[in-house]
Amino acid sequence: MYSYIVKRLLMLLPTLIGAAILIFILLRLVPGDVCDLKFGGEGSYADPEQIRQCQDRLGISNPFYIQFWDYMVGFFTLDLGVSMWTNQPVGYEIAIRFELSLQVAIMATLTSVVIALPLGVISAAKQNTMVDYVVRAFSIAGIAMPSFWLGILIILGLLITTQAWFGRSWMPPIIYTPIWVDPVANLSQLIWPALATGYRYSAVATRMTRSAMLEVLREDYVRTARAKGLMEKVIVNKHALKNAMLPVVTIIGIEFAFLMGGLVVTEQVFNLNGLGKLFVAAVSQSDYTLTQALVMLVVTIFVLMNFLVDMLYAWLDPRIRYS
Amino acid sequence: MTTPEIGIGSNELPKKNNVWDHFVRMAKRQPLGTAGGLVVLLIAIMAVFAPWLAPYDPLEANFIYMLTPPDSQFLMGTDSFGRDLFSRIIYGARTALLIGFTCAIVGSATGLALGVASAYFGGYFDLIMQRVIDVFMAFPLIIMALAIVSIFGTGIDKVMIAITIPFIPRCARVVRSSALAVREMPFVDAARSIGYGHLRIIFRHIAPNVMAPFLIMLTAFMGEAILLEASLSYLGLGVQEPTPAWGLMLQGGEEFAESAPWVPIFPGLAITIAVFGFNLFGDAVRDALDPRLRSQ
Repeated sequence: MYSYIVKRLLMLLPTLIGAAILIFILLRLVPGDVCDLKFGGEGSYADPEQIRQCQDRLGISNPFYIQFWDYMVGFFTLDLGVSMWTNQPVGYEIAIRFELSLQVAIMATLTSVVIALPLGVISAAKQNTMVDYVVRAFSIAGIAMPSFWLGILIILGLLITTQAWFGRSWMPPIIYTPIWVDPVANLSQLIWPALATGYRYSAVATRMTRSAMLEVLREDYVRTARAKGLMEKVIVNKHALKNAMLPVVTIIGIEFAFLMGGLVVTEQVFNLNGLGKLFVAAVSQSDYTLTQALVMLVVTIFVLMNFLVDMLYAWLDPRIRYS
Repeated sequence: MTTPEIGIGSNELPKKNNVWDHFVRMAKRQPLGTAGGLVVLLIAIMAVFAPWLAPYDPLEANFIYMLTPPDSQFLMGTDSFGRDLFSRIIYGARTALLIGFTCAIVGSATGLALGVASAYFGGYFDLIMQRVIDVFMAFPLIIMALAIVSIFGTGIDKVMIAITIPFIPRCARVVRSSALAVREMPFVDAARSIGYGHLRIIFRHIAPNVMAPFLIMLTAFMGEAILLEASLSYLGLGVQEPTPAWGLMLQGGEEFAESAPWVPIFPGLAITIAVFGFNLFGDAVRDALDPRLRSQ
């Protein structure tokens, strides 16, 4: 078991290095660098000497292999460098936003689990009935609806209902307050993006729960349980659900990883200053150091999450553990 | 003497099923899938007959009618340039279908070729290919698309590249796992032993046998491509004005949420219904192809 874990961990290294190379190349293919944008943006006159000095200072004029070497050394020594645009340490830029993104990701994942599990189980237990169709339509609608549009609708709904009930319209606060400073202010800001994305991600988990349950409900041991006269409720909730949880756990874990970096558009709608918004800004400013660090953060979370899910899988299912 | 009426005696042939009967039977067996198919058909009709269906020119700005609420003249109201939203949504179907079909077909077909080749050749080719795919799959779709868009720039053709590229490794991974099983089948050995070339074996012998996962990925990609395009356009990095595109119409929509709610509502509804239709249709395809899920 331990050698397997170590082997799997080592297997993550090529993926991480590959991702680092890929984003390094992609960024260098983007026309214009951060100095061009800083001094020559919006069509204004740029002094070539000034741009050259800026490039020298940031090390962009170095040959690619030297830039890549610096980047790799920084990555493995966890020295992320300084943002080329703001001159703030990259670690600082990420840290002030990490908390917000992490909280939204956790809340959205919880929302999605709370919606997905009961709906998936009901849908499978009542396969091909009206209930099943309604649940499936509800969950496919979740996948079909752009989460930023759902966000706009939520804002619209808030404006209308608060106007109708309290006489003046209310919008979620824009400034982020940490949850331990003021839980009410914090939740009244973050609950909406969590609902919008949670619903979307619940759709995938609902479908996974449904199909896993359907498969398990056809197993022999379920027939045995029925034959010995157990109540359907006990069979579904106690016997079947436990075994159907495996693929659901996988999907939830992977979704959580994606939520950490994939909230780009939702953060835009709700005006949240999180990692996604930072990423869009970093890419559009050709801020190499910040973009590279952000991508590597997202990719690392993703591969680690995948790894953890695999381990959890083996831990939950003895058949996998011992083979 | 009377002979009992049995089938052979009567000269009437069993009634032939016409298209309508087929349709009714399918609608009974797959109600959601049929609904999805109809939505896709509707969007296709909107796209093809847009010039005849749209009451106004989708590009024509008319500042007298800025932000007019929906009424009998403008069914869905007008936007901040006074352009008719209904006409823009009808024309937007062209953009959505173009991007949905092109990205899904090119992305999944390339993935199919790479996935089958990876399984067929095996060895180092497979190993390297899988590691490359690992790298690509570690990026969230939107982040990969954003990175590519910033290289190529904005505009409909470049957005299509940005959406297609992240699809390729996803399809290749799924197809490869099915192709691994097919590779071991005796008919592949037989084809090899009579001297067929690699290309012929890949495309004529293995690829047709992995059609089920391929089609599932293909249909799933169509909805996803439309959503990705909408997200990129919403961020201002996708299709550019004045092209009618649903995601683009949502850009800045939250500003109008209070004063002109029809501006964000209708384009978002169009996206949702379109992707909904593609997904239902895709689900029906998957159910039909997966014997375990086929209900008795």
